[in-house]
Amino acid sequence: MLKVDRIQVGIVLDHIRAGSALRIFEELGLAGREYPVALLMNVPSTKLGTKDIIKVSGALDLDLTKLALLDPGITVNYIEGGEVVRKVKPGLPERVVGLIRCKNPRCITSTESHAPSIFTLVDRKAKRYRCFYCGEHVTV
Amino acid sequence: MDRECNVLEGMPAPRSRHFVDALDLSPEEYQQLFTLAEEIMADPAAFSSSCSGKLMATLFYEPSTRTRLSFEAAMLRLGGRVITVADPRTSSVAKGETLADTIRTVGGYADLIVLRHPKEGAAVLAALYSPVPLINGGDGAREHPTQTLTDLCTILTYKGRLEGLTVATCGDLKYGRTVHSLIKALARYPGTRLILISPEELRLPEQVKEEVLALREDVELCGTTRMEEGLAEADVLYMTRIQKERFFNEEDYLRLRDFYVLTPERLRLARDDLIVMHPLPRVTEIVPEVDGDKRAVYFQQARLGMFVRMALIARLLGVA
Repeated sequence: MLKVDRIQVGIVLDHIRAGSALRIFEELGLAGREYPVALLMNVPSTKLGTKDIIKVSGALDLDLTKLALLDPGITVNYIEGGEVVRKVKPGLPERVVGLIRCKNPRCITSTESHAPSIFTLVDRKAKRYRCFYCGEHVTV
Repeated sequence: MDRECNVLEGMPAPRSRHFVDALDLSPEEYQQLFTLAEEIMADPAAFSSSCSGKLMATLFYEPSTRTRLSFEAAMLRLGGRVITVADPRTSSVAKGETLADTIRTVGGYADLIVLRHPKEGAAVLAALYSPVPLINGGDGAREHPTQTLTDLCTILTYKGRLEGLTVATCGDLKYGRTVHSLIKALARYPGTRLILISPEELRLPEQVKEEVLALREDVELCGTTRMEEGLAEADVLYMTRIQKERFFNEEDYLRLRDFYVLTPERLRLARDDLIVMHPLPRVTEIVPEVDGDKRAVYFQQARLGMFVRMALIARLLGVA
């Protein structure tokens, strides 16, 4: 059994669907950071069977707005003094840049591939977003 | 008209006012433009050098006669000049240039850009990059806001009001961008009733319907496939063409093309004070015999479009 030490200050992303941690690691831009990051995959879990975990030491200011889109089951634990001081289930962000692709074949983004995809939340309950360009709705 | 241009980090702050969506203008701003258009119509000579020294670029990536000529006539009547790309095959687009690059380049030459593009949201993208005011001359099946300006101006001219009207829209409500823009703009006026006449396959998209209701919950929307049902109660009949260019499949187009044809016999079902509008071009959906009916105002509508575009150009360039 692998063992990773507790972190004193930082963020632990828990309950990540097994196999998803690498994508989340990339989307959060953790590769280019200076602080220690532990990426654990296929960890035994009583709740999920297996899960992934990402531990980020020394950072509390990560932009986690995309998390709910990447994996709605994630729990964000904020750690201070070695203890969990706050647990958060991330909600859907109001605006998403560069993560969702518009499925409308008539959308300008289908030909102008450099144009960043931009979606705004229109219905939180239905998890529905609207393409900033063509207005097409997508459910995430 | 202030668009949210700083949606991305690194994008410049908005420097210009654009007209991309019908809802970019408030009802009050629409009214100001109608008043200005009326002043221009009453005394065109007074405005004949308002845009002297100004240059407008018209970039038309999709065929158009009315919209392009209407804009160009409008600018020339204001004393301005026009440069144009009417066939993208002869421009750098054929070399693979992006729309964003074209807009930034042309924005360095002209004081105002009018863009028509077959892709939905093209004008939204272009407005992000344009250093000068940009007007959407139609982007795919999404929006055609200056047609809405024209349509509201026509309704106001012939009906004397924009509130409390029953407007029947007939034809291609799925891909018809003029209808999408028009009904959203009309929804902001109290007492609007919208009768949506279309074949099942070309019904108004649900999300457009939702957008209309989000603007005003009490807008009455009723859909039907029978033209006769809407005719009797309408103050305005807005006919549209079944657009061949929006179909991926020729068979579907041919099957739906003649679904609704307005004839003098059908017009007998309508009220005497009805007005019949059409964004033009008309193909088979209104027979030529209807043209002589006093209720047919579509050619006057096209003429009004030029004056209201003059008002828009003058306002965006800050010269009136």
